[in-house]
Amino acid sequence: MSEITPEIVAAHQLTPDEYQRIVSILGREPNLTELGIFSVMWSEHCSYKSSRVHLKKLPTRGRYVVQGPGENAGIVTLGHDAEGNEWCVAFKIESHNHPSFIEPFQGAATGVGGILRDIFTMGARPIAVMDALRFGPLDDEKTGARNRRILDGVVHGIAHYGNCFGVPTVGGETMFEPSYSGNPLVNVFALGIARRDRIFYGRACGVGNPVIYVGAKTGRDGIHGATMASGEFTEESRQKRPNVQVGDPFMEKLLLEACLEAMQTGAVAGIQDMGAAGLTCSTCEMGSRAGTGIEIDLAFVPQREEGMTPYEIMLSESQERMLLVAHQGREQEVLGIFRKWGLDARIIGHVTGDGMMRVKNHGQVVAEIPARPLADEAPVYRRPWTKPLREAPLEAPPFASADLAADLVTLAGSQDLCNKRWIWEQYDYMVRTNTVAGPGADAAILRIKETGTMIAMALDGNGRYCYLDPREGARLIVAECARNLACAGAEPVGATNNLNFGNPERPEIMAQIVEAIEGMAEACEFFETPITGGNVSLYNETLGEAIFPTPVFGLVGVMPLLEPPGPGFRAAGRAIYLIGGIGEADETRMGGTQYAKWVLRQLWGLPPRLDMELEKRVHSAVREMVRAGAAESAHDVSDGGLAWCLAECSFPHGLGAQVELESDLRPELLLFHEGPSRVVVSTAKPEQVEEIAARHGAPALRIGTTGGAELAVANRGRELLRVRVEALKRHWAEALERWLHAGEEIHV
Amino acid sequence: MKFGVVVFPGSNCDHDAWHAASRVAGHEAEFLWHGDRDLKSADCVILPGGFSYGDYLRCGAIAKFSPIMDAVKRHAEAGGLVLGICNGFQILTECGLLPGALVRNRGLKFICKPVRLRVETADSPFTCAYRRGQEVVIPIAHGEGCYVADERTLDELEAEDRVAFRYVENPNGSQRDIAGILNRQRNVLGMMPHPERAVEALLGSSDGLGVFDSLAHCFAQRTR
Repeated sequence: MSEITPEIVAAHQLTPDEYQRIVSILGREPNLTELGIFSVMWSEHCSYKSSRVHLKKLPTRGRYVVQGPGENAGIVTLGHDAEGNEWCVAFKIESHNHPSFIEPFQGAATGVGGILRDIFTMGARPIAVMDALRFGPLDDEKTGARNRRILDGVVHGIAHYGNCFGVPTVGGETMFEPSYSGNPLVNVFALGIARRDRIFYGRACGVGNPVIYVGAKTGRDGIHGATMASGEFTEESRQKRPNVQVGDPFMEKLLLEACLEAMQTGAVAGIQDMGAAGLTCSTCEMGSRAGTGIEIDLAFVPQREEGMTPYEIMLSESQERMLLVAHQGREQEVLGIFRKWGLDARIIGHVTGDGMMRVKNHGQVVAEIPARPLADEAPVYRRPWTKPLREAPLEAPPFASADLAADLVTLAGSQDLCNKRWIWEQYDYMVRTNTVAGPGADAAILRIKETGTMIAMALDGNGRYCYLDPREGARLIVAECARNLACAGAEPVGATNNLNFGNPERPEIMAQIVEAIEGMAEACEFFETPITGGNVSLYNETLGEAIFPTPVFGLVGVMPLLEPPGPGFRAAGRAIYLIGGIGEADETRMGGTQYAKWVLRQLWGLPPRLDMELEKRVHSAVREMVRAGAAESAHDVSDGGLAWCLAECSFPHGLGAQVELESDLRPELLLFHEGPSRVVVSTAKPEQVEEIAARHGAPALRIGTTGGAELAVANRGRELLRVRVEALKRHWAEALERWLHAGEEIHV
Repeated sequence: MKFGVVVFPGSNCDHDAWHAASRVAGHEAEFLWHGDRDLKSADCVILPGGFSYGDYLRCGAIAKFSPIMDAVKRHAEAGGLVLGICNGFQILTECGLLPGALVRNRGLKFICKPVRLRVETADSPFTCAYRRGQEVVIPIAHGEGCYVADERTLDELEAEDRVAFRYVENPNGSQRDIAGILNRQRNVLGMMPHPERAVEALLGSSDGLGVFDSLAHCFAQRTR
């Protein structure tokens, strides 16, 4: 075995200090295989070494939480069915940002595959996926063509994998910002359902139990994917394309069915997928969690290529592989099920009592590392932080609208607000026949056949808000997700997050991370949305330019079986209420809005101010209105402000509205400020709406009446804007394709 | 009446078909494993949507060699009912129970959305509960749903009243807007839209229930 030089250590992105720690854990110098194993387990991606001290600030307990962070996915309970069985949902977000930049189709596809395995490895059948996507502007002169190609590849990749696997992609969000040009974000939120007594954990229990490898053969793909995801991008990153894995959704579907069937037999003691850091991560984590050791022999690992070294086998990130521990004497039952599904399953080792992860190759030990220090004692850094990076001015530039209706049209056709149908029609969002509200709704709503109830899911992020103020931005995201759930009539029960940031070794980036986590923690505590797991993606930088800090928040809520009102006005002559009131706004707090972005093309100031007490009162009021059937439609005011919210309410049924406001705010602010804690409700029962709002202490302003083919908004009797709904809707519906084909028009 | 839902390893609408037939339409329904040759005395076999064997080669190309398909073919030849939905339709054309083929959508992209269909014939066990000319809303979800056949076959299908459903607005480039066709004996239907996804108003449409109602009605008459 060749000697480990400082250069080899550096090439593994380990610091000299980290190397010394390895030496002291082992009591000797590691060999190259061991060094590789440590390097992936201690990579930022696997160890959370920069974020761990701060992640502890997030609340993780709640009365619905069955399993918090630390497992493959978090679990919350949904309650019991008629037969007394308790049902749970398992869910988590994962990112696949770096691979999706290098190879958009496979990067995104394997991102979906990875998180799905995290869900079914818990014994839960995946029933929904949502995606938070971020790309560079589609019309940028320099990067537009590449951004369009990345978007097309990512969407195609998600569709390819999810559709074939048979999980509906029920919603998500897609936003555009120059900082994502060199660093797109692909965050996938997946959720599955399981009976509580059939939940499985990634634990190697029972000394002597056989360790079984199942699924795709191991190849040389994806070696050092986790370390790649833990470094910044440079010009050489494109050379890393072989680091990106290739996905096979059919194989994953077989794995799903076979694993769930094997779990039913009672012959499985523990199970974990091989995701980032592959065989390395699954063996040492399963051993560490159970307080046991694992011994495997690589000679038994099914291999796709000849002549693979132990180093390569241990670090491969080949997709669609699982590691499971069977109860001794029942391994044939398990192997039989995998054979039935046409899968390669091999006993590659056994559980030991000595706490070591021992890797042999044809009987010869090639790596021997204590499992717990490897899995759980990665270095933890309290990296220094200063003030969050921001280059935007605080002061608002002078602005005055020449034509407010034209501004609304601009927003309708903008990349962020335009209809994303072109994207989500490529996803099968209905398979498994549970989708009550799919893409395009405030929250996705799924009927749960097992319990006869429903769940709602929301996914949100706002890099612009967080760039201006990471703390307030993160609080606003949590509030918005909870508001989305309230509009569906759902009560939050658990959450997951994906923290996307730049290089944590830069103190001004670290400050963004710390403040965002603290803001999110505060809001999660307040809104009772415990975080049951998640993911951190750092080093999202290309050539020194970091992405906007982009924490993404996924929220799950429960609700009784009911027909949700949806965002759209349904009938003419209905009263329109603005629950929560006009809200407060000033020029400084306009700087992060969609109006500032697309109409004024600027960024300044601060995000909107959040009053969490008011926000919560609005949620409880709206939730009751929806459940009581008082709200015929409910849609929250968020990106684009009140005017845009009203436009979105008018689109589904092509029904306009006459709105009369009474406010001292100047028109640009009144129409387009993004102050939170507001929901537009239309109703045939105004007294009931007012009564419910009053009881919850939420302001309920009656602002107009539905009807007609136009949306007209006036303030104190002066008309501010008037647009034809159909024309605006068409402009909104067709905009994304216009942007996507922007480049082609030049050649025509 | 009893439904048998074939489970290929990559079927992913098998549960949906089972749910529609049993839980919603109220019939007996059982899964049939692709490696078996036993239809478990099902009166109507459903070939559900999905990606039978991954379909990396060509949709349904491998499924036609599966043991269960021998039994399905014999069942069809003996006049038994067979309903192929989406991937099931692709398999039926691959194994020759229905003419023509399904190729990639005109736009080369997967499309998932509710579409309007026109019922072209009420003279079949699958459509007798509808009115001829009735418009229904049933979702599609496919990447390869563009129906193609030679002109003579298309003429024949029309002359023999074997076009069961047509798209009102053709989403995928299918020739003559064809969404679903019958075999000559009218006991085999292949359709790209998913009737099993349109059986509950809560999920947006219950127009697909007509297919299950038709089958039940027709079966009751046959056995009377």
